[in-house]
Amino acid sequence: MKFDILIAGVGGQGVVLASRLLALTAMKAGFHVSTAETIGMSQREGSVSSHIRIGDEISGSLIPAGQADLLLGLEPAETVRNLAFLKKGGQVIVNSHEIPPASKPPGSPDYDPEGLLSFLKASCPGLLCLDFTKLAGEAGTSKAANVAMLGAVAGTGVLPFSKETLQAVLEAEIPEKYRAVNSTAFERAMEEVSGIC
Amino acid sequence: MGNEAIALGAIEAGVQVATGYPGTPSTEALETIIRYAKSGGIYTEWSSNEKVALETAVGAAYSGAKALVTMKQVGLNVASDPLMSLSYIGVKGALVLLVADDPGPHSSQTEQDTRAFGHFANLPVLDPATPQEAYELTKLAFELSHEYEIPVILRTTTRVSHGSGDVELGTSDGMEAGMEAGQIKPVAWDFEGFTRDRRWTIFPRLTAERHPWLEGLQVQLSERFSALPYNTVSGQGKIGIMASGVSALYAKEAIRGFEDIFTLFRIGTVHPFPEKAALDFLKGVENLIVIEELDPYLEEEALKLIGKEHLQVDIYGKKDSFFPVSGEYSVDLVIDGIDKVLEAVGIASRLSHASPAVLREELPPLPIRAPTLCAGCMHRTVFYAFKQAAKQLRKEAKAVQAPETAHAEQTSEASQKVQAVQTDTIFSGDIGCYTLGNAHPLNMVDTCLCMGAGVSIAGGLSRTNPEAKHVAFIGDSTFFHSGIPAVVNAVYNEADITLAVLDNRTTAMTGHQPHPGIGVTALGSSSKAIDIANVVRSCGFEFVKTVEVESLAECVEAARVAMDFRGPSAVVFKGKCVGITKSDKRCVIDPELCTGCGFCAKQLGCPALALPGGVGEGGADNAENSENADNEENAKREKPQILDNCSGCGLCAEICPSGAIKTEEVLR
Repeated sequence: MKFDILIAGVGGQGVVLASRLLALTAMKAGFHVSTAETIGMSQREGSVSSHIRIGDEISGSLIPAGQADLLLGLEPAETVRNLAFLKKGGQVIVNSHEIPPASKPPGSPDYDPEGLLSFLKASCPGLLCLDFTKLAGEAGTSKAANVAMLGAVAGTGVLPFSKETLQAVLEAEIPEKYRAVNSTAFERAMEEVSGIC
Repeated sequence: MGNEAIALGAIEAGVQVATGYPGTPSTEALETIIRYAKSGGIYTEWSSNEKVALETAVGAAYSGAKALVTMKQVGLNVASDPLMSLSYIGVKGALVLLVADDPGPHSSQTEQDTRAFGHFANLPVLDPATPQEAYELTKLAFELSHEYEIPVILRTTTRVSHGSGDVELGTSDGMEAGMEAGQIKPVAWDFEGFTRDRRWTIFPRLTAERHPWLEGLQVQLSERFSALPYNTVSGQGKIGIMASGVSALYAKEAIRGFEDIFTLFRIGTVHPFPEKAALDFLKGVENLIVIEELDPYLEEEALKLIGKEHLQVDIYGKKDSFFPVSGEYSVDLVIDGIDKVLEAVGIASRLSHASPAVLREELPPLPIRAPTLCAGCMHRTVFYAFKQAAKQLRKEAKAVQAPETAHAEQTSEASQKVQAVQTDTIFSGDIGCYTLGNAHPLNMVDTCLCMGAGVSIAGGLSRTNPEAKHVAFIGDSTFFHSGIPAVVNAVYNEADITLAVLDNRTTAMTGHQPHPGIGVTALGSSSKAIDIANVVRSCGFEFVKTVEVESLAECVEAARVAMDFRGPSAVVFKGKCVGITKSDKRCVIDPELCTGCGFCAKQLGCPALALPGGVGEGGADNAENSENADNEENAKREKPQILDNCSGCGLCAEICPSGAIKTEEVLR
């Protein structure tokens, strides 16, 4: 068995936390895990991604091109940026919430989230696209968009472990102060997606 | 995380003293030990720099204690002075250096290879590929250091230090109490203590005596390493692959399905090179592919061995461009390299890539999303203030020069060029979050070299560009790390520079470690806070001002006065790091007053300011369109928005030409 997940987003969106939660759950389910995370300079509002490799064998932590089973995109442009990692027929879940780059260095193309979302829809059959930031905001804080997306993943049933195991890890890892709001975001997203799938 | 695994390995090995200076990707190793320090009875400190950290650990190891010191690869450069001498002297207890390399690089100024440094310094280097191996090799490093009385380098790369994975912990005494509960059995403080001995005092005669011992040790260790289980051979194919670190895992994955063609030799103990094990492996192959990030270290060792033993083996690595000489490797890159070799040696098989859902070439154009200063970061205010101050000074200088230059009509092109340079202000930067001040649209970092270099480079520039103003930005932690000698030099040699200390009271970039200026130690207990302004003053700066970063106008004024001062001047800008403080303010735009000019977003590059029409070039185009009165829709679209990440610093409010932005109190 192998299951490769790539999480993409903007520094500050909680990509590392989402990655750690999935990795811990996979370990709990008895798999080997290796992850690669962006920590350091790029965390400051730059493009960030986490690679999570789950399986029976230990591999290098970077997913080769065309091998990710699941691409979780916390922002449209960052999702597209990592699309070449997705395998044919892989699942994409994207947060439609826009985060425009803070500056436009000379020569940088325009930010066109609508165009990028249409591109994703056209090139990824079965794409799940929702405003998870809004959903999390309604659940209590827009900062829980990362956990809401994990709820959506759990709702699709594509993960090689149960949603209960994932929820148990969430309970254990998220500090008590933020637990309730994160649980609500997780569950709402899971319900929302279960309706679609 | 690999760094956590290293910390646990050190704890299991009985580490008693652990020191370090933060540096990506090494930081979490010491942070993890700090978490267990109280319950584990381990002395830990964030030292003021890597040299100090190493020397502190050396003192402990001279006393028979087991010591660990952590740093990133460029930190080893700072610590290299004591380390080079220490290799002759050796240690008594144990001394392990964690040095994290950064192929890519992701967060570093160099792509140097610590394996090569080990070779240079005659010190053993271990090179793990996974967090599990990092944990095990840490324990081995302590054993070797104790047994051979030599410092041992545990070298990781970003993918090992910052990769996470499942690690099976040992069952030694220290670990039994249950690491998961956050508790460990306290380490016995059972070392002998310092005993006076001439071996601790380096002297030319001692060095001469010890050098043969050090060289002999290389041979002994090479033999020992050849017998260790961390160097493994798998497969029986005629094409050999030699790899270390994470590249070995990429190789293993790349050749999946073609294992019968290859024999893979993985090396975990890279220096001294395990010659015997390598020779056994080489005798069974006809061709050798060497796969390694950064320097061709293994490739050169293999070349030497093949030459020495007159083996008929062709080598394919970096030297003939089969693999890249720089950057980070991946499975795909390794597949490409191996395929080139297969073609060169006339083997028909080809390793293949997976086919992605969408090819990289088919992706639509994507905006560059470079890392940037946080919304509300005090550094943005200070950078913008100096930009304004420099602009004002330039205007004044031009006004003074204008009558003179009117007469000098026939100036040559060359002297015009010099003139253009001389009337400018040169901004020297340094290492930290504030290096991001180089980014568009601030563009406020003209030089950046290494920790603490900004102040001395400004001094050098002031000698060769005497008509220009010279400003050196330095962060608080960097100031204590290596800024002080440059401050002393500026006074001693009368450099006409302005020192701008960006004091946000934390080591922000590496994850908010304390430093000597804030009065808190690594363990969180209070210590004497060293005041930067007092340090600068006591070094002899005659102009020293401290400014709380609250209003832009005050910062501009302080910058101007300091830049006008002849001789070394300093302004210590004190503020908060928004990464660790909560704000109860945010900015709001009055849509009635906002004209949609977008000046705020375009000038500041603040991630909390969004222009729906895009900032920069795109924004400027739209701004022209919006002057067209009947295109109301466009004008409406163009208005900036303030996003949720605003912390209400008020900088945009101060520069808004229409006074349309206000700061409000909010409940968070």
